[in-house]
Amino acid sequence: MGFLDNLINGISLGSIYAVIALGYTLVYGIAKMLNFAHGDVIMVGGYLIFTCATTWGLNPYLSLVIAMAGCTVLGILIEKIAYKPLRQATSLSVLITAIGVSYFLQNIALLIFGANPVTFTSIVNLPKISLFDGQIIIKSETTAAIVVSVLIVVGLSLFVGKTKSGRAMLAVSEDKDAAQLMGVNVNRTISLTFAIGSGLAAVAGGLLCSAYPVLSNTTGAMPGIKAFVAAVFGGIGSIPGAMIGGILIGVIEILGRAYISPQLADAIVFAVLIIVLMVKPTGILGKKISEKV
Amino acid sequence: MKGQIDLKRKISPATRGSFITYGMVTAAFIVTQILVSTGRVSNMFQGLLVPFCVYSIAAVSLNLTVGILGELSLGQAGFMCVGAYTGAIFSLMTKDAITSAWVRFPLALLIGGLAAAIFGVLIGIPVLRLRGDYLAIVTLAFGEIIKNVFAALYIGTDSRGVHVSLTSQGDLGLEPDGKMIINGALGISGAPKDSTFVIGFVVLLLTLIVMYNFINSRTGRAVMSIRDNRIAAESIGLNITKYKLITFGLTAFLGGVAGSLFSHNLAVLQASKFDYNLSILILVFVVLGGIGSMRGSVIAAVVLTLLPEVLRSINNYRMLIYSVVLIVMMIFTSNATIRGFFAANFAKLKGVIIKNKPDTAKEGV
Repeated sequence: MGFLDNLINGISLGSIYAVIALGYTLVYGIAKMLNFAHGDVIMVGGYLIFTCATTWGLNPYLSLVIAMAGCTVLGILIEKIAYKPLRQATSLSVLITAIGVSYFLQNIALLIFGANPVTFTSIVNLPKISLFDGQIIIKSETTAAIVVSVLIVVGLSLFVGKTKSGRAMLAVSEDKDAAQLMGVNVNRTISLTFAIGSGLAAVAGGLLCSAYPVLSNTTGAMPGIKAFVAAVFGGIGSIPGAMIGGILIGVIEILGRAYISPQLADAIVFAVLIIVLMVKPTGILGKKISEKV
Repeated sequence: MKGQIDLKRKISPATRGSFITYGMVTAAFIVTQILVSTGRVSNMFQGLLVPFCVYSIAAVSLNLTVGILGELSLGQAGFMCVGAYTGAIFSLMTKDAITSAWVRFPLALLIGGLAAAIFGVLIGIPVLRLRGDYLAIVTLAFGEIIKNVFAALYIGTDSRGVHVSLTSQGDLGLEPDGKMIINGALGISGAPKDSTFVIGFVVLLLTLIVMYNFINSRTGRAVMSIRDNRIAAESIGLNITKYKLITFGLTAFLGGVAGSLFSHNLAVLQASKFDYNLSILILVFVVLGGIGSMRGSVIAAVVLTLLPEVLRSINNYRMLIYSVVLIVMMIFTSNATIRGFFAANFAKLKGVIIKNKPDTAKEGV
């Protein structure tokens, strides 16, 4: 049953990547920028939950809500202060700014919480699931990650497809100028996208730190990059694509760690990214964008 | 007096810019050497002399890709890693055969550079079809792959030859007389400490000469035309892939040389030093020094390596300050409104201070 265990762990980790990847994919679809700081918003979310739940002893679910609110505000602030002045700038400038924001968040966290990692208390409080007479025990964190990510993907798809704000997001991602002419408030839509992405990052932070309970100021960096790989894998801009890409990356990482080499697991994930970009640069569910002169 | 003015007119602005840089670097070298030989310099500063050169070379070479080609590479640390390892392995293997460091070390630098250049071209062929954010993330991915593979690599030699493993030291099955060369995550120890400030300075100067001549050559101009308008450059018949590969390969080569210089300055060489934070640090040097300005890269590399050591008390705030400066710098240089405001006011200021100075800073040389 070792393989099945690994597979379930992979899907669970992949579900967390999927939630993070949604943030990347929404922002990339609409603002056409790689939000390098997204991974660090996860870390901020993790620390907010830790402070509320462990330091202040609040209810874990209330802590999660507070963290989501905090990260939403943070996302909007980042967008307004750092990215909005660069709407017309080259992607190089925007990416360097995003790297700057990422470093800023990491070092603020370093100053506030110190360099030593803290042990995160899981916020998930569900019974374990036991299958095949106890041969496979699925931890509650694993179940929670999968269930939450499916709910988020379904909810987000409905939001984007059915609500006025969601359709405005679609319109802006298609053509910003045309959307503006049709009366869509582009700035507000972009802010909304950052708000949703950052709120989801807080959820991802809670899930990630519950499953892997070590929290430091660089906790979000690597999962963030891998989730971006997942978003590219699934096709950037596509919500179901982020889910598929996330789960595939999670499974590849866990299986690679178990069966090939623990040291090379990250290298395998990145190799997958490179192969995907070589063969199908738009990802599994991505749309091809032709370039105009 | 008259002759001097004539001479100034004959030299092109680009050449003059490059010679100012050479002069600046040489002057800094001479002053430092005098200070060191008269014993006015602390040990801490002496320990930084080789890193100054390493970071300067790495920044200058990354500036070629970022500033001249206009593509963002986050894989510079990966190329430095390749150069560092190859150079160190070469030195370890030939330590007994070639006893003179003056022969061995330049060879180690060259081999480190060549190995990195081969990697750069091999990676470049598939990767350079991508642009912008995708290229950045793929170069980052390659850098991380290189780091992870070197961290998992075990190489040892014994009487039966060279053994390579990706799992563990025991897997090599070395004879009792065998010795480890790369010990996985523990890295390489015992590479000769051949790096000196003199060699570092010479390599930096050579790097700058190569750089300036490249930028002002036909190839360099072709590369800049690709940066400014890829489609227009393609339509006049420039082979985009070729020029991108040349640039990327040269960046990787010099990155490898910097890495080799770095590894011969360390007692223990570990792959974990070459993570993407190093790539980003070097990118910070390039950006804060001025994208496309080689002189700026050198100054930024030296100042930003020195600053945290001098200001120990604010060391905790160092990266915080970096990040804020990075964001502010980007907003100020890329936002059309703010740039327009500054350009208008600087034009006034310039007119007062320097009357009718020709605009030499167009390419940032």
